[in-house]
Amino acid sequence: MQDIILIGLNHKSASVSVRECLAFSDQEARSALVELRARKIVDEAMLFSTCNRVELLMAAKENETAIAEAKVFLANFKQISLTDFEDALYLYRGDDAVRHVFRVAASLDSLVVGEPQILGQIKSAYRAATEEKTSGVVLNRLLHRTFFVAKRIRSDTGIGDHAVSISYAAIELGRKIFGDLSGKKVLLIGAGEMAELAVEHLMRNRSGKIHVANRTFERGVALADHYNGMPIRFEEVPDYLGKVDIVISSTGARDFVVRKPHVKAVMRERRNRPIFFIDIAVPRDIDPDINSLNNVYVYDIDDLKGVIDENMEDRNREAVKAERIIDEAVIHFRQWYQNLGVVPTIKALRGKVGAMARDEVQKTIQQLGHLSESDRQAIERMTSALVNKILHDPTRFLKSNGCQGDRSESLDLTRKLFGLDE
Amino acid sequence: MQMLFVLAIPCYMFSSAGYFAYLFIQRSLLQKIALGLLLAGFVCQTVVIAWMFVVSGHMPVNNLNETLSLVAWTLVGTFLGLHIRLPVKVLGLYVAPLAMFLLLVAVQFPRELIQPQNLLKGFWLVVHIITIFVGDAAFALACGVGVLYLLQERSIKRKTPGFFFKRLPSLELLDNTGYACVVVGFTLLTIGLITGMVYAKNVWGRMWSWDPKEVWSAITWIFYAALLHERLTVGWRGRRAAIMAIAGFGVLLFTFFGVNFLLKGHHGQFTRW
Repeated sequence: MQDIILIGLNHKSASVSVRECLAFSDQEARSALVELRARKIVDEAMLFSTCNRVELLMAAKENETAIAEAKVFLANFKQISLTDFEDALYLYRGDDAVRHVFRVAASLDSLVVGEPQILGQIKSAYRAATEEKTSGVVLNRLLHRTFFVAKRIRSDTGIGDHAVSISYAAIELGRKIFGDLSGKKVLLIGAGEMAELAVEHLMRNRSGKIHVANRTFERGVALADHYNGMPIRFEEVPDYLGKVDIVISSTGARDFVVRKPHVKAVMRERRNRPIFFIDIAVPRDIDPDINSLNNVYVYDIDDLKGVIDENMEDRNREAVKAERIIDEAVIHFRQWYQNLGVVPTIKALRGKVGAMARDEVQKTIQQLGHLSESDRQAIERMTSALVNKILHDPTRFLKSNGCQGDRSESLDLTRKLFGLDE
Repeated sequence: MQMLFVLAIPCYMFSSAGYFAYLFIQRSLLQKIALGLLLAGFVCQTVVIAWMFVVSGHMPVNNLNETLSLVAWTLVGTFLGLHIRLPVKVLGLYVAPLAMFLLLVAVQFPRELIQPQNLLKGFWLVVHIITIFVGDAAFALACGVGVLYLLQERSIKRKTPGFFFKRLPSLELLDNTGYACVVVGFTLLTIGLITGMVYAKNVWGRMWSWDPKEVWSAITWIFYAALLHERLTVGWRGRRAAIMAIAGFGVLLFTFFGVNFLLKGHHGQFTRW
């Protein structure tokens, strides 16, 4: 499998400034692929660029020249000097390259292990490669296996389970408290990136009306308009505690905004329906002692971080299982690849056709009991001659250089035509 | 028939194992298999119980063997019924082993058919027995759900979402399920008590005779009535409702078994052996 090569850099090997310089937009990636193909540096290629990685996956017979030329090509294309990023580049060949692609797609190599976007990004990079016709038999097969492996890892391990961001963790907790978040009324106190992100997640879960309280009423009105919600005055917050189910707080207040007596007073009005406080502010807005009330749950930012850490540990544990699945997949891929050679293909072809012929002869002879021994031998000789004649031309075609261009394509077609991999 | 009865035990046993594995591995296939096995055990028991009813003409509650099997059967049946509307899947982990345990205890006792007094015949009595058994099964489920609620509430309150947080359903679903169980149980218990009284009037000529069983049944009824009343008026829900459901089941167990073993009175036949 030595002709599969991957060069690239990621968040571990290169600083963000280097990654920025080398990042390809979709359009750039396409024109780079076209140029690579035109220059005949490599047989097949795929370029994969996200904010955390830039990788060039290639299949090339002339290994060393391809690697050297590809590096120069990247530098020239992005108009930076090769020395600026050469140290950050990693190089994988054969098994290692295949394993790396599998690991990237399964999100084992990601900054946040298990994040789901990466697979979609690889899919679109692959689509670009197929549309620009730079992917061939080897990369097609490799990428299809990659998608299969990544999906299997996602469904068979818990690598993508459980939130690893503050706002998602809050939503997940909300689900464990309320079951269904649809129709749950939300009160947003103050504003802030994380709080607004949480509100947006809630809205995606079809939460109910959103109330917005802000120290400056104008700002509150603007935010409320943004969420199609209702602005309330900051002083009204305690009154509204009886009406809402989820409170997200993120103010710059020095002291608690919601205190225990406020909540205690409304629990009867709420008929003890649960209420969930998400306190993203530092210093905190919600008195943590409120958590001791029945049917009231308070999570501050440290609590949420604790939840995330635990989820992250879970993911890392699951990653071990994923590595095992990948090892298995690499072995399977290697088997397929090795069979793609001329000799194994011809062998498999002759084996399959020969076995079929023998089986049929056996069946026929059993039915024709009256045949003499010499008759039987004649039939067997005739059959094997027939097999040889039929397979003569295909064998010669595969062995010769008659199949112009990519021989692996003919081999792959042969294998598919005769079902040799089944 | 004996064979079907015995077959129900491994069904419940493997179902328990399935639910246990499901708790740890979280594969929905395991849960489906476990539920299927539970259903298979239930069908076995249904055939046995129906046969006994047809042959003898009365409800099979004349000795401890029959009573415990009927308890297991109604418990599983009620759980399966509940599962259609409110699928608290992990609750199977409570029901399947409990049913298995009940049957394993039941087979320790002799099962020869004792000819009952004619007391045990009649429409009112059949209704009385069925409603009381199913009602009690619903209360048993309410207790199980209550335990799950407390576990889940604890993990959320303590902010250490551990083993149970991921595996148990939401508090809302648990609370609603517990409430539904109590409502069903209470309704059936009420019907059961009324039919019991009607039956007593027919047989003994009076509805109420201050028998320990009657007194404790009334206590149980009042306990659950209070629980429901508080929920409907001031909204007792969540943790408090869960604790009450568990405590209520303790009272119920005493009424069902404790009274028979410790205080005697009528109803004695269904726990004799």
